[in-house]
Amino acid sequence: MDKKITMAHGSGGKSSAELMKQIFGKYFHNEILDRLEDAAVLDLKGGRFAYSTDSFVVNPIEFKGGNIGKLSVCGTVNDLLMMGAEPLYLSSGFILEEGLDTAVLDRIAKALSEEAEKAGVQVVTGDTKVIEGRGGLMINTSGIGYILPERDVRAANCRPGDAILLSGTLGDHHACILSARMGIENSIVSDCGVLKEITDALFGAEIPVHTMRDVTRGGLGTVLNELAESADVGIRIKETSLPVNPEVRGFCDILGLDPLYMGNEGKMVAVVPGERAEEALALMRGTEMGKNAAVIGFCTSDSRGVILETPLGGTRVVDMLYGEGLPRIC
Amino acid sequence: MCIAIPGKVLEVDGSTAKVDFQGNLVDVTLGLVDAKPGQYVLVHAGCAIQVMEKEQADEIADLYRDMETVLSR
Amino acid sequence: MEIQSVIDYLKGYNGRPVSLMEVCGTHTAAIFKGGIRSFLSPKIRLISGPGCPVCVTPTAFIDRCVEYAMRPDCVLLSFGDMLKVPGTKYSLTEAKGEGARVELMYSPLEALDKAAAHPEITYVIAAVGFETTAPVYALLIDEARKRGIGNLRLVTALKTVIPALTWLCEGEEVDGFLCPGHVSVIIGSRPYEELAERYRKPFAVAGFEPEHILAAVYDLVRQLEEGTHAVHNYYPNAVKEDGNRKALAVLGSCFETGTAVWRGLGEIQGSGLYLKGEYAEYDGGSRNLTQDMKLPSGCRCGDVITGRINPDQCPMFAAGEKDGHAGCTPMSPYGPCMVSSEGACGIWYRNRV
Repeated sequence: MDKKITMAHGSGGKSSAELMKQIFGKYFHNEILDRLEDAAVLDLKGGRFAYSTDSFVVNPIEFKGGNIGKLSVCGTVNDLLMMGAEPLYLSSGFILEEGLDTAVLDRIAKALSEEAEKAGVQVVTGDTKVIEGRGGLMINTSGIGYILPERDVRAANCRPGDAILLSGTLGDHHACILSARMGIENSIVSDCGVLKEITDALFGAEIPVHTMRDVTRGGLGTVLNELAESADVGIRIKETSLPVNPEVRGFCDILGLDPLYMGNEGKMVAVVPGERAEEALALMRGTEMGKNAAVIGFCTSDSRGVILETPLGGTRVVDMLYGEGLPRIC
Repeated sequence: MCIAIPGKVLEVDGSTAKVDFQGNLVDVTLGLVDAKPGQYVLVHAGCAIQVMEKEQADEIADLYRDMETVLSR
Repeated sequence: MEIQSVIDYLKGYNGRPVSLMEVCGTHTAAIFKGGIRSFLSPKIRLISGPGCPVCVTPTAFIDRCVEYAMRPDCVLLSFGDMLKVPGTKYSLTEAKGEGARVELMYSPLEALDKAAAHPEITYVIAAVGFETTAPVYALLIDEARKRGIGNLRLVTALKTVIPALTWLCEGEEVDGFLCPGHVSVIIGSRPYEELAERYRKPFAVAGFEPEHILAAVYDLVRQLEEGTHAVHNYYPNAVKEDGNRKALAVLGSCFETGTAVWRGLGEIQGSGLYLKGEYAEYDGGSRNLTQDMKLPSGCRCGDVITGRINPDQCPMFAAGEKDGHAGCTPMSPYGPCMVSSEGACGIWYRNRV
């Protein structure tokens, strides 16, 4: 463990995992937390509930395709959805820096309320604090969702032969935020959005979804490694099947970035039985958020970790994200 | 560290050019090359280091076509 | 020739074992990204050479940069890869945690506007690189002089590739060389000809697409089979025989050569570039940064860079994960080969099975 906290500890990659393990893991232990899912699953008298929290510190706070208010709903609601839950209630805590423009705050609160309505959740409790600073703003949201009794969506459920679906292009949110920070002109728009349309379509057609994860910090590479580890399976994906917007690819080339480690805020991976893959794909593609969905690979029993087949037919290992990667994007 | 990628020159203003990398527009310093709009330049650390004659796909096709001739030289 | 025939040949190669070195760190990264090793017969070994500027930079350079970064009137600008390289006391990242001002740069040219906007701050650039990047620093200083910007300094660790290649050719480990594509854009393909002739080893210049690299590897293996030692250019779109003359002229007017220390290789005469003449006033004390940290016993950085061993043959490599004591990983690196995204050890670690 490093002696001091560095930006790498917030990257969502391997350093974040070390921080969790070596500090928080020492003091926080219970059966629910130890499953390390996107949201906690609570067995309460009224049934099973998913419960999750997330903090948002993105800079700039307004960007193409959204702002920190919209993002703060998407992040938490998507975490609930990924457990197979129907999101119900949100809390919202604002930390405002001295000097923040009230007109900006108004736009952010408005976006938050609109996105909550779209997601079908109510913001039922909130808090505001003001600190010294430079006119910035941070938000924390927590959410609760109800899990229907027949649903069992967990990372450990991936089975050899399962197909892995990705709901759309990689890296849009990350590239959008970084472009703004670096002053690179392009028309890349953040994909920040709620994934409910997609999960509704899959569950509506009774696809027996084994696992879902939203592709956020750390990128697809990190998500797939976490799934492979939790379920003790190998994962094999094809580079040519990974959807990437050409502008995002060009952006990655300029900075030497890999779309496999770029974050999104409105993309998910769904793992379904191989024989239902085409049907699930058609359902995803039938939604606005999932129109560029693709089957990107399969779970296997004869290897471990994540292996990628290159366009020329070679293979390489895809590991988790190491180090800082890049400035924060959520 | 020596990453450099090709982009298309859109306009030139003195020693700076606007270069298009698949839809991403970046201001690039020309100082080391003479480039005109429409040409492809290889850009490293914000600076054009070469004017490219062909598009990359054509270069690779030509390479494989000529490979045996090169080897027998 | 079809690319598939090239792949089939390289997969099926059963001649004498050959060791080829990709000198450039960007090639090392491209080779892994393209899964190139999965196309090669076990008899073809690719060695990752000393062409990652971060990996060959001695500790004294980091210490000098940290020294500047800690000063209240300075901001240090650096490429991202440099930040985690251990110094004697701190890496730049650790120094940042102690209050140092360190900013990431994409292009050194960003320093101009920053320095112009904040005349009270001295902007110090951690100027690492090879011939590809050196002309960019030269342009930067030229422009700074024209605009009368004085609050700018370069701590340079700039190196030239040919003296290092000569050093490597003297050894026995490498049979043929994949020449660094973007260094060759500047210096051209001609400088390799003298080496090829003198040491009777083949050289192939390659670009960074998997197709470029496969073509160059195929060429080298074929040349070794046939006993030839020519220089062939598989990046003709960007690399000319004479290189980029304008860039070479800028280099010549701004820098002079001198001795430089390469971690793993030692001191090589004429392999460093230092600001000269009236440009020297922008030098932030770059000469004599030769002191290198004592690497922990067991660390075999030098043997990795020169191709005597593969990264996973180093006893420190990921050792902590195997035996429960502190090993060398990208999260807690000992040597710079593990720190840099282009360092051989880091790349091997991230791509280990």
